[in-house]
Amino acid sequence: MAITESTMPKLFDLALTVNGTLREQAVEPRLLLSDFLRHDLGLTGTHVACEHGVCGACTVLLDGEPVRSCLIFAVQAHGHSVTTVEGLGAVDRLHPVQEAFRQAHGVQCGFCTPGILTSVVPFLADHPDPSEEEIREALSGNLCRCTGYQHIVDAVKLAAQAMKAANEQPAR
Amino acid sequence: MTKTLIGQRVLRNEDARLLTGLAQFVDDVEIPGLLHAAFLRSDHAHARLVGLDVSAARQRPGVIAVFTAEDMGADWAPGPPLVSPPPTAKDVTFHSRRQVPLVKDKIRHAGEALAVVIAENRYIAEDAVEDILVDLEPLEAVVDLEDAMRPDSPRVHDDLESNLAAHLFQKKGDYDAARQQADLVLRRRILIDRGAAAAMENRGIVADWDEKSQHLTIWDTTQAPIPIRNGTAARLGLSENQVRVIAPFIGGGFGPKMMMFYPEELVIPWAAKKLKRPIKWIEDRRENFYATTQERGQVHDVEIALSKDGRILGLKDIFLHDTGAYDPYGLTIPLNTQCHALGGYDIQNFTTEVSVVFTNKTLVTPVRGAGRPQGIFVIERMLDAAARELGLDPVEIRRRNLIPPTAFPYEHGIIDQAFAPLILDSGNYWPVMEKALEMIGYATFVRDEQPRLRKAGKHVGIGIAPFVESTGVGPYEGARVTVEASGKVFVATGVGTQGQGHFTTFAQVVAEQLGVEVSDVRLVSGDTAEFHWGTGTFASRGAVVAGNAIHAAASIVRRKVLELASKHLETPEDELELEGGRVRVADIPNRSISLAELANLANPLRGAVEPGTEPGLEATAYFGPRYGATAFGVHAMIIEIDPETMMIEIKRYVTVEDCGTVLNPLILEGQIHGGVSLGIGNAYYEKLHYDENGQLLNASFADYLIPSATEMPRIEVGHMETRSPLNELGTKGVGEAGTIPVPALFAQAIENALADRQLEILESPLSPNRLYELTSRKEAG
Amino acid sequence: MKPAPFEYFAPPSVEQAVALLAEHGYEAKVLAGGQSLVPMMNFRLVQPSVLVDLNSIPDLGFIQPGKDGGLRLGALTRHHQVEVDPIVAERMPLLHDAMPKIGYPQIRRRGTLGGSLAHADPSAELVTVSVALDGRFRLRSPRGERWVPAKDFFVGLFTTVLDPDELLVEVELPALPARSGCALMEVARRSHDFALVGAAAVVTLDERGACQQVRLVFLSAGDRPMQAPRAAEALRGQAPTPDALRAAAEIAASDEIDPSSDIHATADFRRHLAKVLALRALEQACRRAAGKD
Repeated sequence: MAITESTMPKLFDLALTVNGTLREQAVEPRLLLSDFLRHDLGLTGTHVACEHGVCGACTVLLDGEPVRSCLIFAVQAHGHSVTTVEGLGAVDRLHPVQEAFRQAHGVQCGFCTPGILTSVVPFLADHPDPSEEEIREALSGNLCRCTGYQHIVDAVKLAAQAMKAANEQPAR
Repeated sequence: MTKTLIGQRVLRNEDARLLTGLAQFVDDVEIPGLLHAAFLRSDHAHARLVGLDVSAARQRPGVIAVFTAEDMGADWAPGPPLVSPPPTAKDVTFHSRRQVPLVKDKIRHAGEALAVVIAENRYIAEDAVEDILVDLEPLEAVVDLEDAMRPDSPRVHDDLESNLAAHLFQKKGDYDAARQQADLVLRRRILIDRGAAAAMENRGIVADWDEKSQHLTIWDTTQAPIPIRNGTAARLGLSENQVRVIAPFIGGGFGPKMMMFYPEELVIPWAAKKLKRPIKWIEDRRENFYATTQERGQVHDVEIALSKDGRILGLKDIFLHDTGAYDPYGLTIPLNTQCHALGGYDIQNFTTEVSVVFTNKTLVTPVRGAGRPQGIFVIERMLDAAARELGLDPVEIRRRNLIPPTAFPYEHGIIDQAFAPLILDSGNYWPVMEKALEMIGYATFVRDEQPRLRKAGKHVGIGIAPFVESTGVGPYEGARVTVEASGKVFVATGVGTQGQGHFTTFAQVVAEQLGVEVSDVRLVSGDTAEFHWGTGTFASRGAVVAGNAIHAAASIVRRKVLELASKHLETPEDELELEGGRVRVADIPNRSISLAELANLANPLRGAVEPGTEPGLEATAYFGPRYGATAFGVHAMIIEIDPETMMIEIKRYVTVEDCGTVLNPLILEGQIHGGVSLGIGNAYYEKLHYDENGQLLNASFADYLIPSATEMPRIEVGHMETRSPLNELGTKGVGEAGTIPVPALFAQAIENALADRQLEILESPLSPNRLYELTSRKEAG
Repeated sequence: MKPAPFEYFAPPSVEQAVALLAEHGYEAKVLAGGQSLVPMMNFRLVQPSVLVDLNSIPDLGFIQPGKDGGLRLGALTRHHQVEVDPIVAERMPLLHDAMPKIGYPQIRRRGTLGGSLAHADPSAELVTVSVALDGRFRLRSPRGERWVPAKDFFVGLFTTVLDPDELLVEVELPALPARSGCALMEVARRSHDFALVGAAAVVTLDERGACQQVRLVFLSAGDRPMQAPRAAEALRGQAPTPDALRAAAEIAASDEIDPSSDIHATADFRRHLAKVLALRALEQACRRAAGKD
């Protein structure tokens, strides 16, 4: 049986910017932002692992702020800007944080990784020279079952150094 | 070979896609017309199912179908047994009771699937699940292991006389005689409770039946794609070649994704074929806590007999093992427990007897560690108790009992999890322990720092726990290695991968043989269309079993490359070397030919074929070890406890691991770190709390406490290398090494830190609350 | 774990928000940061038929200096804004200290002050701190507005004096007198879990260094933020000696809290922790009041 006109839930005309591109779609109010990104837009880099706000795998940037996309309805992003892991860098042009995760082996199964990257990028913007304690605190809202976090912490340190070095280079 | 890649900290081939969100996981599969499934699961742990009214659910707009056990008709059947009882051991009882696709008559654990809704999307499917009316008759739940064995206990399976699922007795030597000789006999009761694997990715399955081509494609978060293909084909009456199972990127396995034929794996492909529509089911986190297998529940009654100088004369371990509602995985876990209760020690007299018990709880199958942590906990607890009684240093009592290097291979005379004789193939244990002692500064800590800190009122403690890890068990794995026309290398193997870095370590093994860049080796692992012989990734066997199969295949390809190049370059093979994707004459670097050219030459055109030649620079090879390789390691830790709040701070954490040849230290360290984090969870944070009705009280990440970055210490990893003689690469597995000794280590370090409270810990996991209870009881009692 | 359907409104003003609440009564839920509500909706533990989303209302999120050294905060102020705000750090160190203990970093980017207070979870830091700091809340409804002291606002487990058509719009925290010190002590399993128990102490010393006024409030120790007036009374006029503080902590933990048992801690352990943490919080608050910390 298909969804008939009369029983169709009231849809909301959603317009938002995702990774720099305007996206428009009619959605049900209850649609979670995580599901909208993954299934309506096909941006499957944002992962879903708990849907109750603890694990952090679904973290995206909403107007630059790292938030749980499983705890926000897509309609709430109307008129806002969302950045997902796909918006950080590309395979042949990794973001410095992504590159540092590769260098330091901060990835194992890679399932929690997108949410960690989207948490670390704004963290390093605010803390360009973080201590290990600050890094661990910043990662405390992202569960990882594979790494024991050590190589992730190392990756964040490495990213901070690399980004600092890049910033200190005179502009050409 | 001019350079060696084995043992290098090679960066991972697979990372770029994982880091950019492009790697495909099961939930990322999208197919036009894809439907979504949600399961109705039982709220009750034990009940008779009287009836299900699904009519309202079927009426809900957007619902395509609702299926119950009844709707499955003749296709309804329990899952296949995965591991049979040991054929050789005497005195074995085994009642095989396997999980069902959907409950037909009796509910045996909370979360068991009663019906499935297939709908346009998951939201609607979940709405419809709420529409289903369940009529059931609640029964008293079987929860506690010891109560389950009482004659008057309700029974999980009515057709059995009791809740005994299996019984297995093993012995070596004569424990009773040894006991007679002993200066000290200690008896303890040890309790170990359940935890979850809690991989970040929940389980999921997508099934797509193509009516026109009569072909079924399944994407599954499985650690064992080939058995899933074969079993699915058999169940659905299809040829194995009509079924392709793909285990794409998997977001962590840790054991439970091995459990072949979960109910959902039985139902979703069946429904997809019936409806002729692709269907996706993605487990949510709540379901994961109820429906994905768990582990560790055991109750041990242990007795150890020692001489007054601390030599173990004998060990006796009688225990109960909780298998949950069904026992498809046989005796793997309790066999591991029995084998690991011997630790790395020279114990001549051993009696062990396990009773496997059905309970109204989620099924038990291996979780990273798989019975080993329990065995190690038992022996290490007993040794700590013995050391205290005998006034020996905990390190010294272990030194006196470790198997000496001259005793390998060390045959224990009992059977292991693969029903093979338990033989420790190789090792040099004491130096591993010495290295750990040195790294953590044991002598200085015990002599100087601890007394000084204690004087200052600090409760600091040290622990040091050695362990063995049986790894790399059979039956076998295989691989096909092909040099493609581009000169790049393609490798296909069957095991499946869940983050262990196989795309890189296996590529290193191949690149080493063929003289190519690691990044030029592309691996497919876990797609039955590419390779369909093998078992899966479990028991720390990937690097050992699949690794050696790949090594064997690559070695054959290397021979083929050299043979062909020798002809072409008109130079004897032994004067050729493989490097940089070329074969060159050793002393004349500009006389060379690329692998690409050779690959093309090996695929001859018409007229160029010599009789009897096989095309391609390709080989398929298999490796099946006679028995598993046994790794050894030691963990050491210094902690401080706030005795008022019982909060623990880990000051230092050291591991030293001997897993034979190290393929990639970077990846190895990652494996250790991750294993330790699960171990710390098992030891101090993670416990599945079931109430007396079999209800799980903490089925969320808010209440089930996985260590986060702020709980984890920095781990200092040391390596030793004793090559395994059982395989060409000399490898032993390491996947579970991080986890196994951690509960034992915590117990020891906490006792040491709270030495003034005279605490003896005989249980795991611990918590601040539990430590408070134990110390208060001590004070009160 | 997908939420049940609901009707969604994002009114642009407080007036329209409270009108919607009045219209839909108990069927409606207010959506602020959603960091507690949406998980419960995903688990389908709550299934409101109407959501009134406050996030489109301008001016509900602000931090302003109040009169005489106090602080005014809009209900939609995100935790993170409070956490990094220099005026908060300067004027309300207890609030500043409490912020990093709330949830996870990402939760604090979205979660709101008013949402946390209206949720009235007795294990929430903000609930406890608002009482310890003797704050008061401005509530708006179609019928007008009223101010309610924090200590009267929380009336039970997840229960407040808010009427169904009423919205918490502003929090006012009064300045602390001179020679005041505060401390918040917690024990949590993992660093960002809800605390097993916590204790917030606010101590004002007189010129002689004796306790002039003490407020001691516990979290996770009852069905609401648990105040300890008898312990406070016992300290009034007393020099904050170790014995006096210990006696006060003892009174509070023995007689003035009502902890319950759950899978993480027994009531007995919570009571024990309450005593330990009350003492530690009082000690630190006294040190700070005396300018020693």
